[in-house]
Amino acid sequence: MAKGKTFQKPEALTDNHTHYCPGCTHGVIHRLVAECIDELGIRGRTVGIAPVGCAVLAYNYFNCDFQEAAHGRAPAMATGIKRVRPDLMVFTYQGDGDLASIGMSEIIHAANRGEKFTTIFVNNAVYGMTGGQMAPTTMPGQRTTTSPLGRNTDETGMPVRMAELLSSLVTTGYITRQAVLKPKYINRAKKAIKQAFTYQMEGRCFSLVEVISTCPTNWGMTPLDAIRWAEDTLLPYYKLGDYKTPEQSSGNE
Amino acid sequence: MAKILMKGNEAIGEAAIRAGCLNYFAYPITPQSEVAEYLSKRMPEAGGVFLQGESEVAVGYMIFGAAGCGQRVFTTSSSPGVSLMSEAISYIAGAQCPAVFVNIIRGGPGLGGILPSQGDYFQSVKGGGHGDYRLLVMAPASVQEAVEMMMMAFPLAEKYRNPVMILGDGLIGQMMEPVEFPDHLKSEPTNKDAWASNGMDTRGSDKQNLVKSLYLDPQQLNDHNLLLKSKYEQMKKEEIRFEPYNTDGDYRVLIVSFGTMSRVCRTAIDNLKEEGIEVGMIRPRTLFPFPESAIYDAAVKDSCTSVLSIEMNMGQMVEDVERCIRGQRPVRWYGKCGGEVPTPEEIMDLVKEYV
Repeated sequence: MAKGKTFQKPEALTDNHTHYCPGCTHGVIHRLVAECIDELGIRGRTVGIAPVGCAVLAYNYFNCDFQEAAHGRAPAMATGIKRVRPDLMVFTYQGDGDLASIGMSEIIHAANRGEKFTTIFVNNAVYGMTGGQMAPTTMPGQRTTTSPLGRNTDETGMPVRMAELLSSLVTTGYITRQAVLKPKYINRAKKAIKQAFTYQMEGRCFSLVEVISTCPTNWGMTPLDAIRWAEDTLLPYYKLGDYKTPEQSSGNE
Repeated sequence: MAKILMKGNEAIGEAAIRAGCLNYFAYPITPQSEVAEYLSKRMPEAGGVFLQGESEVAVGYMIFGAAGCGQRVFTTSSSPGVSLMSEAISYIAGAQCPAVFVNIIRGGPGLGGILPSQGDYFQSVKGGGHGDYRLLVMAPASVQEAVEMMMMAFPLAEKYRNPVMILGDGLIGQMMEPVEFPDHLKSEPTNKDAWASNGMDTRGSDKQNLVKSLYLDPQQLNDHNLLLKSKYEQMKKEEIRFEPYNTDGDYRVLIVSFGTMSRVCRTAIDNLKEEGIEVGMIRPRTLFPFPESAIYDAAVKDSCTSVLSIEMNMGQMVEDVERCIRGQRPVRWYGKCGGEVPTPEEIMDLVKEYV
């Protein structure tokens, strides 16, 4: 690092300005992933998979090889890459509509096969790119453009907790839920992402880091209110922490 | 090299390995599950990858991922499964990745049946998935030809950076015939460093490779589609394959038929010849690109008064035959589907109506 500089952009990020809305936490998560890639020295053998959703253009911001999946199919693409090139480091970057709705089948089966890639699962309880529709992760009573009176759980069920659901699989894996709402959460989230990549480097297991995130635009809140709402409403339902580690799950039958 | 007796489905799997493709992802579906059964044992022996995916939808993207990072890869399926893969096929064509798909067609629509059919002509040749894309489609008429087309499919997919479809039917898959795997059709995968997301270190580059089909800028998307179109035009110039049969002399009737159906037509033509009735046939071996001029030239021959498109479906290829002949001769369709295959006698009776 050049003398005198205290803050630098990770090598694994490009100089492009992102298209993300003001107050959106995608930028923070991109940076955490990029810092981990740099620190582990894996940029030259990393392939990211972009989802369909707000992060569809992630390849403009990450400075490594990328493939772009169809909606929900990133885990199947990652499987294809990892099976034919196990030496590559592969991560998918998916939102909650992409992963928990249309891509539910692909993520469960990839996790259950123990595919040795890493999923960064950004959960902000709403469809972002299409304009704020209800997601499987939308909270009871939460207003969205397709639940204008608030999510009615009698008709749509309760929000899906992906970390809990995936950790119920018997196959070994690393499943954790983190947040990027405040520095204390961000530091833990980075540790988790690095741990996930490390497990992949060791060829140990499938890894998924769920990241509780905000969407001020589609929640109709200021960025600060969005953080408060996420802490008050999302965190009590989506509890943070490790749901499964390879150490735990090896004896888990 | 000695010929060995093999079932079509198994020969297709073996042909891919002999062609230098060691990656296979698939989902079971009748009447082609023997390919996966065969390769589940054979691929690991050959040092390759075998994976049974959770659905044809997922398999389509496993193929996309593997092709996108520069590896030779293929899958096999049958009609309803190919419908599910069609989403991925559109993405793969859009992202310009080479991959090989095999459709051992069964009867449709819907769940249809499990017996041989040619009902997926439109799906394979006209689209199937969304958007402006084409597949290079080859239709074998024997197990030996299926082997050779499989072996040619990989370098062709790489030449055009486009998916290639082998369109067989349940008979090609289930039938046993003597086959050999021609050594001269073995090929080395091309160097994909220029575009594949195979990891920067793999190609010693610091420049990102991106495999994608999204172009939000209208002019860029138009340019991208023009580039794809230019590849399909090049296929029309360089890849048309067909087999003429009994077209040297004069004939009153011209048959156009492909795959299994063409073998029945060949028997009918031989029998009719013994009765003194001459019938010619053009058998398209590529369905896209379609042998347009060959069919036109054979149809407008002075002696030829009518053209029959004989198919194991309700009349699909006939639309392309009519298009080629441009009203110069009457064109009629004859066919059956659901597993019913027109017999040589039926075809002979049909021809006699026109002579």
